[in-house]
Amino acid sequence: MALDKPYLDVPGTTIFDMEQCRKGYWLNQFCMSLMKAENRERFKADQRAYVDEWPMTEAQKQAVLNADLNAGIREGGNIYFLAKLGATHGKSFQQMAGSMTGMTEEEYRDMMIKGGRSAEGNRVVGEDGDAQAHRQPQGHGTGKLL
Amino acid sequence: MARISASVYTSHVPAIGAAMDLGKTAEPYWQPLFKGYEPSRQWLKDNTPDVIFLVYNDHATAFSLEIIPTFAIGTAAEYKPADEGWGPRPVPVVKGHPELASHIAQSVIQQDFDLTIVNRMDVDHGLTVPLSLMCGQPEAWPCPVIPFAVNVVQYPVPSGNRCFQLGRAIKKAIRSFDGDLNVQIWGTGGMSHQLQGPRAGLINREFDNMFLDRLIADPAGLAQVPHIDYVREAGSEGIELVMWLIARGAMSDTDRGGAAPHVHHRFYHVPASNTAVGHLILENR
Repeated sequence: MALDKPYLDVPGTTIFDMEQCRKGYWLNQFCMSLMKAENRERFKADQRAYVDEWPMTEAQKQAVLNADLNAGIREGGNIYFLAKLGATHGKSFQQMAGSMTGMTEEEYRDMMIKGGRSAEGNRVVGEDGDAQAHRQPQGHGTGKLL
Repeated sequence: MARISASVYTSHVPAIGAAMDLGKTAEPYWQPLFKGYEPSRQWLKDNTPDVIFLVYNDHATAFSLEIIPTFAIGTAAEYKPADEGWGPRPVPVVKGHPELASHIAQSVIQQDFDLTIVNRMDVDHGLTVPLSLMCGQPEAWPCPVIPFAVNVVQYPVPSGNRCFQLGRAIKKAIRSFDGDLNVQIWGTGGMSHQLQGPRAGLINREFDNMFLDRLIADPAGLAQVPHIDYVREAGSEGIELVMWLIARGAMSDTDRGGAAPHVHHRFYHVPASNTAVGHLILENR
């Protein structure tokens, strides 16, 4: 019997469920290693060599090397784990979240100061809110963290 | 007999901690937020408890994907602030209350809630930011703290109702402790926010204020709200709000004839970084 996953039709959103956890195990564990200052230094000194120490898929490694958080989420990453990567690059949670919207840092910060993104049109796939697939990207950013 | 005198509810946005640690609290962006906590700091000075039972979530800090406990109670003598990737926050070490924590663990497990017992862990912004908001920047925190970590990162997280019922079990456990202790229970996290994907930045004032209203007057009804409603209305990370129901469950049983708690303070502010900040102080009558 199928599992109950009522969250699969929320636009622009990936719920970190058991399936994502299984897919992203090594990507997330790699991120955990960046909680140690010496590992952050080693990673920054040679990113490719550092990610090659981990049994990640090439797609996961590319997400890390490109600082592409949407790709990281797609490959099984969770934002609280990926945040260690962002922190290693000296980025705040706002910069991380903003990078995933396709906005520039300033565009995203302005949206938040004006009260944030409305839930209207963004509750279910197929509505017309700004988080829906047909309205991406939302601004003039690169979609990457760096 | 130990008793729960009051509960505090607050968001635990990491940027708030960073703003305090970096001396930015007087900046126009942050000033309105910290002003909202000024009455709370005075209240805590006037009403310092013997112990704070602090419900929060670990953000992939003490618990990686190796071990993911749904409910974990800290029974250690102390907990160090964690290095989450930016270096540890410059805040005091958190002193625990092993005697009361052990008592609660034994009682709550015997009430059919299977807690994980933790004798060693570092604590992240989920625990230290609420202390900073309520206490400012003291040399030492004003009293011992029992950390109670809830999994709200790995789905499925516990339901609102499970959290509410757990709160009731914690209340019973605290009441059965022989020592004469004044205990506060804090529920942290939320309010509406989403930190991932093209939908990042979602804020829902209507949902948040409905949540605050019902947390005060109709917590048993609020506990029936399913996860998917939090995700659609309050964002994927807004699910943290289920933790507030643990603290409320440990307060007066409004649905069973108990007096509604006194609302000492209520505050709501948008934004702190990506997040809507909500804050309540409820006192048992």
